[in-house]
Amino acid sequence: MTKNVMIVGVGGQGSLLASKMLGHILLQEGYDVKVSEVHGMSQRGGSVVTYVRFGEKVYSPIIDKGEADFIISFEQLEAARYLEYLKPDGRIVTNIQQIDPMPVIIGAAQYPEDLIGKMKAKGVNVDAMDCLSLAEQAGSSKAVNIVLMGRLSRYFDFTVEKWEQAIRDLVPAKFVELNLKAFALGRGED
Amino acid sequence: METAERIVPPAKTYEKNIAKYVMMPGNAIRRHPFVEDRMRRLQEYADACPFNRVEMGGTEIGIITDSTSYMYAKEVFGDKASILKLGMINPLPVSLILDFAEKVDRLVVIEELDPIIENHCRQLGLEVSGKDVFPLLGEYSQNLIAEKLGLPVPQGVKLDEQLPVRPPVMCAGCPHRGMFYTLSKNKVTVLGDIGCYTLGAVAPLSAVDMTLCMGGSISATHGFNKALGKESEGKTVAVIGDSTFMHSGMTGLANIAYNQSNSTVIILDNSITGMTGHQQNPTTGYNIKGDPAGKIDLEALCRAMGFNRVRVVDPYDLAACDTAVKEELAAEEPSVIISRRPCALLKYVKHKKPLIVDQNKCVGCKSCMKIGCPAISMKNGKAAIDNTLCVGCGVCQQLCKFGSLVSGEV
Repeated sequence: MTKNVMIVGVGGQGSLLASKMLGHILLQEGYDVKVSEVHGMSQRGGSVVTYVRFGEKVYSPIIDKGEADFIISFEQLEAARYLEYLKPDGRIVTNIQQIDPMPVIIGAAQYPEDLIGKMKAKGVNVDAMDCLSLAEQAGSSKAVNIVLMGRLSRYFDFTVEKWEQAIRDLVPAKFVELNLKAFALGRGED
Repeated sequence: METAERIVPPAKTYEKNIAKYVMMPGNAIRRHPFVEDRMRRLQEYADACPFNRVEMGGTEIGIITDSTSYMYAKEVFGDKASILKLGMINPLPVSLILDFAEKVDRLVVIEELDPIIENHCRQLGLEVSGKDVFPLLGEYSQNLIAEKLGLPVPQGVKLDEQLPVRPPVMCAGCPHRGMFYTLSKNKVTVLGDIGCYTLGAVAPLSAVDMTLCMGGSISATHGFNKALGKESEGKTVAVIGDSTFMHSGMTGLANIAYNQSNSTVIILDNSITGMTGHQQNPTTGYNIKGDPAGKIDLEALCRAMGFNRVRVVDPYDLAACDTAVKEELAAEEPSVIISRRPCALLKYVKHKKPLIVDQNKCVGCKSCMKIGCPAISMKNGKAAIDNTLCVGCGVCQQLCKFGSLVSGEV
């Protein structure tokens, strides 16, 4: 059975490293894996989405509406935007950070209130946490991606060592410690 | 995936053969039978080659498809349908298609956009479903294919409210912003080109009037001014990035100079190919590997093409941009403005400390919001700077009449 993980956020938040890390572990676990990304907008503050699909044999590179087992979101509004892609029994793991999009910045739209509450009211499983504070606590606001991966790891059977090894494999040596700390903070106490 | 050592095959010996390689009319006519015969042989190859393959499954539906549509079809049907997967579609494998059609009850062609394979099947006299079922526009997906073929599709939940969109924007500190602000303020008609700076069309700057193809900005400006004459010449510019200019801007620029079109071209020189992820180009002095390479001097190039008016301006300096744009539009001859400052995301570009909002001075007039910088927002009626984004470029500072945006440098 193919499992689907969508990673969504705002360009520049580091979703590509997160998907790479997940793909890396899944490949090592022997799954057939497909990772596809929306390129080009990654550093320009647009809405970005990455699909990670794994199973015995994966065909389609994309995740469609109602198919995602997990939506990992770097930002509240983006979690809400892709909500329709979640399976009825799927789970949203989201950072509670709010980043104003340009229509809000220029006053053409309002940032919606209490999106997490509204999603929960629809019966959606939402695991929301302040990843930015945890990332800063780990040493860099840029580590939000790894904090989220830490949180996601709670829902997978892989050992902590496997995730930590993926960090060592993918992150430049001088940032490994920081990211290991971010991962641990995201994962929290078992 | 495993990587192997690169194998460099020996170069073939070149043999001079004018009748084959020089396609003047007499040679081309004699060569035509060869081309036709080659297509015939390719056709035979298409029927037998490993890129076109039949995966027999259930025979109620037989799907002819290609590329990513194949993945969607497999996702939906697995082995429940038979699939002819085409890996080479010109020329199409006629025998393979006819043979496949014989084996299935209903033939369905799944291909995105134009019905190329479908039309070909109809030409072969086959009865197929295609665009009568699937849309002509947009990308397909597994749900779309399932739905159009009458299968159930999963549903997700949605919030009841309309969510604000999040379009991409120029980065904080983007050197293009100052020039686009100037063009917008002066109500200039801007014929744009392909690159990060296409985002100059996005609100609130909304500065770009047209973007079509690479190099099109310059040729279009020439044509625009030819058609509309003086009225247009004083308020129309082309904008094109350094890399796109190198790719296909020079031909249009030569046209302007040669035909003495009174046009103004702005080269937005951010010293890199930004949009696609920082590739070098012939104006940067480095090759694609980052090794030193030849460097084309833009000013010298424009002058050599016949432009007498070539000036360089720093897009972080709004007053200088304003003067340059006004003067070059007013000039009665072709001109080039090079708006030069390296992309703020380049590793060697040193950032200043984020600006600080002086809460006592800010009156909440939103003048600083006119440039559409993602680092500026309004919080409690006053401007707020996002420290993680602001690079201290100072463009917003120049718009504040109250001196409330203060440099973070000590």
